[in-house]
Amino acid sequence: MSEGITASFAKRFPGGPPMRVEDLQTSGGAVVTVLFGASGAGKTTVLRCLAGLERPDEGMIRFGTEIWSDAAPGVFVAPRKRRVGFVPQEYALFPHLSVGRNIAYGLGGRGSQRGLALTEEDGRARVTETIRWLGLEGLEKRLPRELSGGQQQRVALARAVVTRPRLLLLDEPLSALDAPTRVRVRSELGHLLRQLGTPTLLVTHDRAEALALGDELVVMDAGRIVQRGSVREVFSRPSNVAVAGVVGVETVQPGHVLTAVDGLVTVAVADRKLVALAPELPPATAEVYVCVRAEDVILVKGEPGHSSPRNALPAVVRALTREGPMVRIDLDCGFPLAALLTRNACDEFALVPGDHVLALIKAPQLHLIPRST
Amino acid sequence: MSGEEWQFVGFTARMAVLGTLVMLPFGLALAWGLARGHWRGKALVETLVALPLVLPPVVTGLVLLRIFGRRGPVGHWLYSQLGLEVVFTWRAVVIALAVMSLPLFVLAARAAFEEVNPVFEQLARTLGAGEWRVFFTITLPLARRGVLGAALLAFARALGEFGATIVVAGNIPGQTTTLSVAIYQYVQLGEDGHAWALTAASAAMALLAVLGGTYLLRRK
Repeated sequence: MSEGITASFAKRFPGGPPMRVEDLQTSGGAVVTVLFGASGAGKTTVLRCLAGLERPDEGMIRFGTEIWSDAAPGVFVAPRKRRVGFVPQEYALFPHLSVGRNIAYGLGGRGSQRGLALTEEDGRARVTETIRWLGLEGLEKRLPRELSGGQQQRVALARAVVTRPRLLLLDEPLSALDAPTRVRVRSELGHLLRQLGTPTLLVTHDRAEALALGDELVVMDAGRIVQRGSVREVFSRPSNVAVAGVVGVETVQPGHVLTAVDGLVTVAVADRKLVALAPELPPATAEVYVCVRAEDVILVKGEPGHSSPRNALPAVVRALTREGPMVRIDLDCGFPLAALLTRNACDEFALVPGDHVLALIKAPQLHLIPRST
Repeated sequence: MSGEEWQFVGFTARMAVLGTLVMLPFGLALAWGLARGHWRGKALVETLVALPLVLPPVVTGLVLLRIFGRRGPVGHWLYSQLGLEVVFTWRAVVIALAVMSLPLFVLAARAAFEEVNPVFEQLARTLGAGEWRVFFTITLPLARRGVLGAALLAFARALGEFGATIVVAGNIPGQTTTLSVAIYQYVQLGEDGHAWALTAASAAMALLAVLGGTYLLRRK
């Protein structure tokens, strides 16, 4: 039976604002929940509380029917008994142990063997299997410092999953990598997490990472949970201005790659064809999320004539919402599209719902993020 | 150097090694507890550990004499239960050297433990390791340079110990006389040649130990 986290708790720090999580829930099964927010929002603290490395001052953390932490009667399950796989931000590979011994660490020692009921032989077989699964063959004897960033990341994942944890906690799993490696490792990690099928909570401040890896999204801001829902839903329809500020107002639509030539990619979204400049898209990517930031959408009234942007979409204005000095315009152009104008511009246009406009988007401003299906 | 002089050198080296080994488990536990723990009375323990560093060694010797004397609390038990005589035997030398070298070891080893990033220990715990396993497979190996350096410094301190040793172990040639006690005695007897020979031997040993210790304690 798959289990998930149910938690409401608070953690105070001397000299800092408290971190307060209300009603955090993750699904069991092969679901990746992304904890999203700017740095300093308290995401890492949440992860550390779930792993048992921090003890909440108030509230309760439950995993399935087990109570992991309850401040009132002082219940606290030690991290070694929780059976979670934790991958911290810089991976924290044991620097003095070889890759093989790093991976096998969780299977050694009497305490854990009791919990896992694994013979030494089975343990070795499981290590070998994990090494093969993550493509780390031949690196067993190396020390962590002799590995590339991508390899270190896979070793950290191997070490965390070899014990078959009930919950996987990943803290900014890609932030230690340089940009080109990150794009490659991101899609690798997506596949691995899906194969693994362990419920996962992943912390990130990177929207591309959230879209590529997440199924569900929990948005944190200033130590609080401000919204949760499916990744697409939250990114496309932030529930309020605060969330919009965190995730950025953005249209996120699933699309299908039609052609990709010289970095120019044609994508079908609903019944429209869009052109994007995406040289970093891994070859043979078929399914993507097409992302457009609202401030990158240009609106034209009347006939377009000739314009330089590659994408010109006839659209109908559905709604106008004031967001501070800006006005957010929800458009329907075969799929929902959000645009952001200053209030002055909007007044000059005299836009009202039902108006027909043309939405222009330059090819480099369409962001494509591979989507695993 | 004469046979007798070599005997002083050998005996002192053996006693310093033993004293360091006896001190090590206590020193490791204290250094680790002070580096990692948050507990009541930590400041008090910190002070007590540092005390032999600042008290006159003769005073420390006197305290040890009371504790390990045949009528002292520990000495009485050792004598009546195990038939062990401590005071004015080589055992008293070992205890004096262990106590006198403890503060130096704890100071240096604590710093070495504090330099180990706690994230490694925390990660080991999430992987199911208990506290003993965390200490022996993660903390100690990662702090090994510093701990070894601290042990060498403690050994060097033990080599030169005088005040506490002479009070609790006396000066029985061939049984409790260490290098520094022998040097003192030769000077008293006006046998400066012997004194200088032993001084050279003592300086050479101390120099090697301190060199090794500071090399290991230097950050990589």
